[in-house]
Amino acid sequence: MANPAPAQEAVIEISQVSTRFGEHVVHAGLDLEVRRAEIFALIGGSGSGKSTLLREMILLQRPDAGSIRVLGTDLGDLGDAETLALRKRWGVMFQHGGLFGSLTVTENIGLPLREHTALADPLIDELASWKLAMTGLEPQVGAQYPSELSGGMLKRASLARALALDPELLFLDEPTAGLDPESAAGVDQLVLKLRDEFGLTIVMITHDLDLLWQVADRVAVLGEGKVQGSGSMAELSATDSPLIRKFFDGPRGRAPSKPK
Amino acid sequence: MNPLSAAPAAVARQTPQELALSGSWTAFGLGAIGPQLEALPAPAASGLVVDGGRIEALDTAGAWVLQRLLRHLRGEGTAVALRGLRPEFARLLEIVEPQAAAVAPAPPIPSGLEALGRAAAAGFGQAIALLSFVGECAAALAASVAHPARLRWRPILYNIRTAGFDALPIVGLLSFLLGIVVSYQGADQLRQYGANIFVADLVGLSMLREFAPLIVALIVAGRSGSAYAAQIGTMSVTEEIDAMRTLGIAPLDLLVLPKVIALVIALPLLTVFADVLGVFGGMIMARAQLDVSFDEFLVRFVKAVSPTAYLIGVCKAPVFAVIIAVVGCFQGFRTRGGADSVGRQTTLSVVQATFLVIVADALFSVAFSALDL
Repeated sequence: MANPAPAQEAVIEISQVSTRFGEHVVHAGLDLEVRRAEIFALIGGSGSGKSTLLREMILLQRPDAGSIRVLGTDLGDLGDAETLALRKRWGVMFQHGGLFGSLTVTENIGLPLREHTALADPLIDELASWKLAMTGLEPQVGAQYPSELSGGMLKRASLARALALDPELLFLDEPTAGLDPESAAGVDQLVLKLRDEFGLTIVMITHDLDLLWQVADRVAVLGEGKVQGSGSMAELSATDSPLIRKFFDGPRGRAPSKPK
Repeated sequence: MNPLSAAPAAVARQTPQELALSGSWTAFGLGAIGPQLEALPAPAASGLVVDGGRIEALDTAGAWVLQRLLRHLRGEGTAVALRGLRPEFARLLEIVEPQAAAVAPAPPIPSGLEALGRAAAAGFGQAIALLSFVGECAAALAASVAHPARLRWRPILYNIRTAGFDALPIVGLLSFLLGIVVSYQGADQLRQYGANIFVADLVGLSMLREFAPLIVALIVAGRSGSAYAAQIGTMSVTEEIDAMRTLGIAPLDLLVLPKVIALVIALPLLTVFADVLGVFGGMIMARAQLDVSFDEFLVRFVKAVSPTAYLIGVCKAPVFAVIIAVVGCFQGFRTRGGADSVGRQTTLSVVQATFLVIVADALFSVAFSALDL
């Protein structure tokens, strides 16, 4: 992240990925590319395979066919050491936080550092508190347990943990779902800040139209097992593919002129 | 930039006025920097140049440590100049700078006395809560007796099957083995006195009065009490209990009473089953070790073991059943937070149920000896 690379370099390349659960086909020859230092959003109706695709990108699940390259490494056949090395280079924020209930927030954030580095404990605690502050949480939150936090605080704490190892690539699963508008706006700002200041590449699943319109550089619409279209929201709103149109023409859709 | 193969971060003092930083100042490369920084001699008052030109990589952890080093040097009144840092590293250092002032809050560690006080208060609170839970259950049971139509027979029958019928194999096997052990341990002593036939007294009384109800209670506490705590605990974590309340269904009626009633029915039946198999195990051992045939054993058994001894054993079972079911459900309802808490409460339910069952058994012994039974 310290060496900003040419802007067009692909960080994630997905080609001809197919996934099925029994008879149910989730992806049928899906192609996708995410470039360095861009904020990329995946959208699509329920069951369109967004979460499955995310899980495949972060090595929690394997596609039945096709190849996925992340940070220049093919995920097809990785050894244990390569898998670990790759996992240290990305951070994941799960939809429900995924924080460990038996650890305090500070311990949760410091866990990756404690596991994978030889840093001294006091330094790890300092770094964890700083990451906590960076995500906009009060210092006293660090001593609390995840069960004592509100939904918005959980997401921020989870994001702080995802950032613990200074990843080059950040995956966010529904970063604003279930948040009040003010907290959601805070997340918008945070995502932009991470990209602008640290040059992170961010891949997110979201249905938050504000996040999509104001933050995402490129958006890919998933449907019927393929990417139906990708580009900025303004570009997408100009297409007339019915599967994309329903995101703009539905009762809650938003015309491109209204926001901002 | 592969963070794993880079050279570790290092600091060297080439001249008294110059500090040279090198290597990879990242979370992975910083492991050995702490002692090096501490070993640095006090800086010269005239000023210090920090040369960052040979830093190969810098991340927020490295920037944090570097920032702290600079702050420390400046704090001692040294004029510090940083030079040679790559532009992108300098930018990262600036981002970290304003926040480096924030101090990590130290969580308060309670003293020994305070911890003791808190533990005592928590224990007392738990005892009160258990008592009030018992009261709530009794009230709910009384209401159900007044309106028998409110009793939920389907879950009761289901619980009788899972906690009772499904436990038959394990209860049977263990009480059979227990009978063998009791008979075997007694055999040596009895043979010395030529009192072989009294093995029927030994096995019959000990199994029927004590061991059968106790072994059944312990097995059921481990098998079903823990399951009750885990089930109710998980339901309260996933807000199912709250949902039940908002739908106007009393969780006690739906979750607790059927379990209590089912165990009160199943445990005496399991005890009778354990009686039979325990005595059978004793009979087999008596024939093998003491040459007491089945016929002789049973003739002596009928004389030695009164119906009272049998009834005492069976009467303990419903009391144990109430303890196991109430403690299991109580701990389930006390679950707060997440998966971790479910595990803790489940463990507690087994420990407390076992403890209370044995205490109750001891109280029974005292009461029966006072009553001359």
